[in-house]
Amino acid sequence: MKSKIPRRSPSRSRRQPPKLWQLRLYVMDQTPKSVAAFSNLKKICESHLKGRYRITVIDLLKQPQLAKGDQILATPTVVRWLPNPVRTIIGNLSDTEHVLVGLDLRAAD
Amino acid sequence: MEESSGMKKRGNRSASISSLLPKCPTGIQGLDEITGGGLPRGRPTLVCGGAGCGKTLLAAEFLVRGVTLFDEPGVLMAFEETEAELKANVTSLGFDLAGLVRRKKIVIDHVHIEPGEFHESGEYDLEGLFVRLNHAIDSVGAKRVVLDTLEALFAGLRNEAILRAELRRLFRWLKVKGVTVVITAERGREQLTRNGLEEYVSDCVILLDHRVNEQIATRHLRVVKYRGALHGTNEFPFLIGAEGLSVLPITSLALNHQVSNERIATGIPKLDAMLGGQGFFRGSSILLTGTPGTGKTIIAANFAQAACRRGERVLFFSFEESPNQIMRNMHSIGLRLGPLVNSGLLRFHSARPSLYGLEMHLTTIFKEITEFQPAVVIMDPITSLMDAGTASEGKGMVTRLIDYLKAGQVTSLFTSLTQGGHALQQSEAAMSSLMDSWLLLQDFEGNGERNRVLYVLKARGMAHSNQIREFLISDRGVDLVDAYIGLSGVLTGSARAAQTAREKAEALAGQQEAARRKRELERTRMALERQISGLRSEHEAGAEELRQIDEQVGTQTRLLTTERTELGRLRQADVSVAAGKRNGFRNGRGH
Repeated sequence: MKSKIPRRSPSRSRRQPPKLWQLRLYVMDQTPKSVAAFSNLKKICESHLKGRYRITVIDLLKQPQLAKGDQILATPTVVRWLPNPVRTIIGNLSDTEHVLVGLDLRAAD
Repeated sequence: MEESSGMKKRGNRSASISSLLPKCPTGIQGLDEITGGGLPRGRPTLVCGGAGCGKTLLAAEFLVRGVTLFDEPGVLMAFEETEAELKANVTSLGFDLAGLVRRKKIVIDHVHIEPGEFHESGEYDLEGLFVRLNHAIDSVGAKRVVLDTLEALFAGLRNEAILRAELRRLFRWLKVKGVTVVITAERGREQLTRNGLEEYVSDCVILLDHRVNEQIATRHLRVVKYRGALHGTNEFPFLIGAEGLSVLPITSLALNHQVSNERIATGIPKLDAMLGGQGFFRGSSILLTGTPGTGKTIIAANFAQAACRRGERVLFFSFEESPNQIMRNMHSIGLRLGPLVNSGLLRFHSARPSLYGLEMHLTTIFKEITEFQPAVVIMDPITSLMDAGTASEGKGMVTRLIDYLKAGQVTSLFTSLTQGGHALQQSEAAMSSLMDSWLLLQDFEGNGERNRVLYVLKARGMAHSNQIREFLISDRGVDLVDAYIGLSGVLTGSARAAQTAREKAEALAGQQEAARRKRELERTRMALERQISGLRSEHEAGAEELRQIDEQVGTQTRLLTTERTELGRLRQADVSVAAGKRNGFRNGRGH
């Protein structure tokens, strides 16, 4: 994992549609699984949602109280906060096909 | 974007598991007795059972009692029910879960799992669950944790290999954390739990069961396994009442009731006399067995009346007659119970035994007793109530009831209906071992009539009569009469009266005979006396004759001497010479 995760995609598109994907990645500490999940997610977003996504990484070690509110069970977990409906994918996201299905990105492209 | 860099491990890892096996009392009635003090402290306990058998309620009570009785905060992690549902469900048991949550004594965390909700891609772990649990435990300083139907995870997560590894890790972590955990799980078909959770929880396994026997549903609890501790291995019936769970240990482990030396009258003076003159011990249990129509209820009503007259409260459970019927019937023998009811000293509680199951009856009985606080409790008849369950359940219930009553120093009188005949039923013999005193009422048939008799079969700790007594019921009440016991057996009723008359006649005849013999003897004696006096006079006559003879002889001698002297005087011979010679000889010797 890089030491700094950018809050937004560097190449933010000014074009339509401005529908922004909000993704939250819940991890527990900087484990290899966490690092893999982040890089896998980033890779997928870059190729499918370039300029239309925002990833928030939440470390449950620092904010354990968020686990209850957001119904987190497993780590790593990616929650598609927007667009609706909420979708949840668990795992280190190594299986891209499953991630695409989970995020419902197949239809988007 | 946020960057996670902290490498700090989760805190509070107290790895102090004592080598001894400390217990964590559940506070659930009866369960601590069976397990010898509670669940293994600091270890997980698995509670498994089918749907609706009370797993969640047991777990919830474990937490609530933990706070209210032992001041141990708890965490309830619910995988099936939401917080609101849980709060509502346990309110029916009188638990203020919502209040405890508000006071930060209990944390409820509902883990929402929809089957198929998660898309899985690659490896994961259940750190999210760990974090939530850890956060919840630390936020209230919990000592007790409940994981309600952890198996829901198996429905939500597809990768069973990861799940099993994580569960193993979870239990290890919980042990290190030092919390006492109750995990509930669904009963499996082949194994204890559907997903083999017993594999991970090896310290204590409790099995709950809810089954129907002869149309009557009863819940059972069994401690399948308790590593390193003695425990009751039997199945124990338990019930869910208004005050939570209550396990009914058939073999109560603790027999340490307070006992009283005070004696209380039975209301029948002659019965008191049979019981060492003072009646029963206060707080003892009394069994009154009898065939139909032998007067069980009457004795019970007398006992109730006597207690009320002492100013004590009496609770009369009737399972066959309505209160009004009992009052009317007792009125016919001069027992007026109505005023006692009106004064509030006597309370009736009538219910058909078939109305509901044994556990529900027991709950109702406990509730009534707690409310009314009686000094005397009467169950009329206990046998019809016991019919509401199986024999062992019935005995278990009576044991539980007696334990409960004795703990409160309540005197209890149970009537028991036997099917007739002399042989006592097995169940009765079993029940009698729980009783301190046992009176037997019986019918005696003969001479075309039936008569009631009463025995004291046993009375622990007091001198009691071994005699059979006839039990008379009249419009003035009841009385006990000595039954006649003769060569021809026990005689009661008119036979006893006839026998008494016969005895009287026999006694009279005997008296007359004696008088006759006395007269005869008198006569003989008088005859003898007459004979004696005859002999005596004869004897006296003889003596007289003898005296006369003596007299005659004396006179003759005197006459002879006189005659000789006269003769000598007449002859004037050498009387003096002769005399002098005789004198000289004497004198010569003297010289």
